[in-house]
Amino acid sequence: MNAVLLSMQSAVSQGILWGIMTLGVYITYKILDYADLTVDGSFALGGAVSAVLIINGWNPFLSLWIALLTGMLAGMVTGILHTMFKIPAILSGILSMIALYSINLTIMGKANIALLGMDTIFTDAQKLLPMIENKATISLIIGILFVVVIIAVLYWFFGTEIGEIIRATGNNEYMVRALGGNTDTMKILGLLISNGLVALSGGLVAQSQGYADVGMGTGTIVIGLASVIIGEVIFGKRFNFAYKLFSVVAGSAIYRIIIAVVLQLGLKSSNLKLFTAIIVAAALAIPVVKEKFTKPKVTI
Amino acid sequence: MLYIENLYKIFNIGTINEKRALVDLNLHINKGDFVTVIGGNGAGKSTLLNMIAGVYTPEKGRITLAGQDITKMPEYKRAALLGRVFQDPMRGTAADMEIIENLAIAARRGKKRGLKWGIRKDEVEKYTEYLKMLDLGLENRIHSKVGLLSGGQRQALTLLMATLQKPELLLLDEHTAALDPKTASKVLSITEELVTKENLTTIMITHNMKDALRFGNRLIMMHEGRIIFDVSGEEKKNLKVTDLLEKFDDLSDRMLLAK
Repeated sequence: MNAVLLSMQSAVSQGILWGIMTLGVYITYKILDYADLTVDGSFALGGAVSAVLIINGWNPFLSLWIALLTGMLAGMVTGILHTMFKIPAILSGILSMIALYSINLTIMGKANIALLGMDTIFTDAQKLLPMIENKATISLIIGILFVVVIIAVLYWFFGTEIGEIIRATGNNEYMVRALGGNTDTMKILGLLISNGLVALSGGLVAQSQGYADVGMGTGTIVIGLASVIIGEVIFGKRFNFAYKLFSVVAGSAIYRIIIAVVLQLGLKSSNLKLFTAIIVAAALAIPVVKEKFTKPKVTI
Repeated sequence: MLYIENLYKIFNIGTINEKRALVDLNLHINKGDFVTVIGGNGAGKSTLLNMIAGVYTPEKGRITLAGQDITKMPEYKRAALLGRVFQDPMRGTAADMEIIENLAIAARRGKKRGLKWGIRKDEVEKYTEYLKMLDLGLENRIHSKVGLLSGGQRQALTLLMATLQKPELLLLDEHTAALDPKTASKVLSITEELVTKENLTTIMITHNMKDALRFGNRLIMMHEGRIIFDVSGEEKKNLKVTDLLEKFDDLSDRMLLAK
């Protein structure tokens, strides 16, 4: 029983660190109405940058900031491809994602970097809080701290004049242009913020698991979407923006719990991505199927 | 006020689908004019409005508005000078955002947007007062999502948003065409009220000849990318629907002869 509880706790703490990535996906997918595949690359980018900086003796906390900045740069490139060169949204993301694979390999110099014995923000925190022995608890506390700060900043930002116009851009571009908003700039800005968060999440995950891998970002977009959808289904579209953001992170934690449970039940870990894809496909398909069957019958 | 000189717009240049939407068009509108525009399908009415708004750039010609050459100015920049209402009620507002948020965005048309809070407290009161003027009960639902409103309500809201910051020129592109007759007449009377109150320079496209005669002090008829009829003042007041129909008949006769 204790083992199950422990695995649940580590699932939740993992889910919260990945939840920061989910916030990024929420910004593009829900607010900007843009399915951005860059995240597969920028998640690994964040991990790669953070790991390389750490083994070169940088402060692990500072390395996360650099990871955030490089992620923003990646988002900006996708945004420029899409707005200035009119490349379709999905393709712009795919191009950045593929390019980032090579870039990440170049940054790391090899396919993976181990952080064994290195200082990470998690080992630093453990030194600061010697009374907490459980590693999962430490990473849970750090994850929650990051999430609370990020949500507070996002809540403020999307309530400002610029944030308001980004939200409107995802809603109705015609209106935004007619009211003097530059929709191209707003999209670039949204992608930039989103990928910054995704890379930050990648850096945190790399430090928490103790290694960065060039393939660690594969399927990030699908995991992000699954978490956003789970959060929405369970917590509903209620209350204000902050509630929605918290429900997205909670969705990510629940996703990890579901994964931990199905693994306990005997699902092979090699089938995880298939399982996740099925969750997302089902979640997107159910409303459509439902509508088909619940059409009011017309009697003539 | 608005000067359009030798304006050309040609779509799909060099293909078999080439369409000369505007041909050597010249138009001068004075401050305070309320111009109604009529014409058959494909006459170039909407193209003209979209050219003024900056949705398309001209092949040739020049557009000057309020002393500024706006011919090549991007759409979002010239929005500072223009209020716009579209034919499709969905286009003018953001459905997933609150009524008050839509108004706050509209109030910042042409102003620099920064990191200040999106809706100031005093704005809420101000907009609630404005909404009362529409007489649609929207002042009691300022935090409702715009997507919950009917087409007519959305169009009325768009009108209010377009005039919240007084525009140099108000562009109405068949803004009542998608509404039922009763709603359309309500939206038209709101239009008239706003235009008169603020003395707005306005261009209104309409398919309804009665409306074209009833509203405004000037009427323009377009055909094949040109202005073929332009009356104002007393002459317009004395114009009747039958006169306009005659004009249209002349056109179709001429078109038949041309073939």
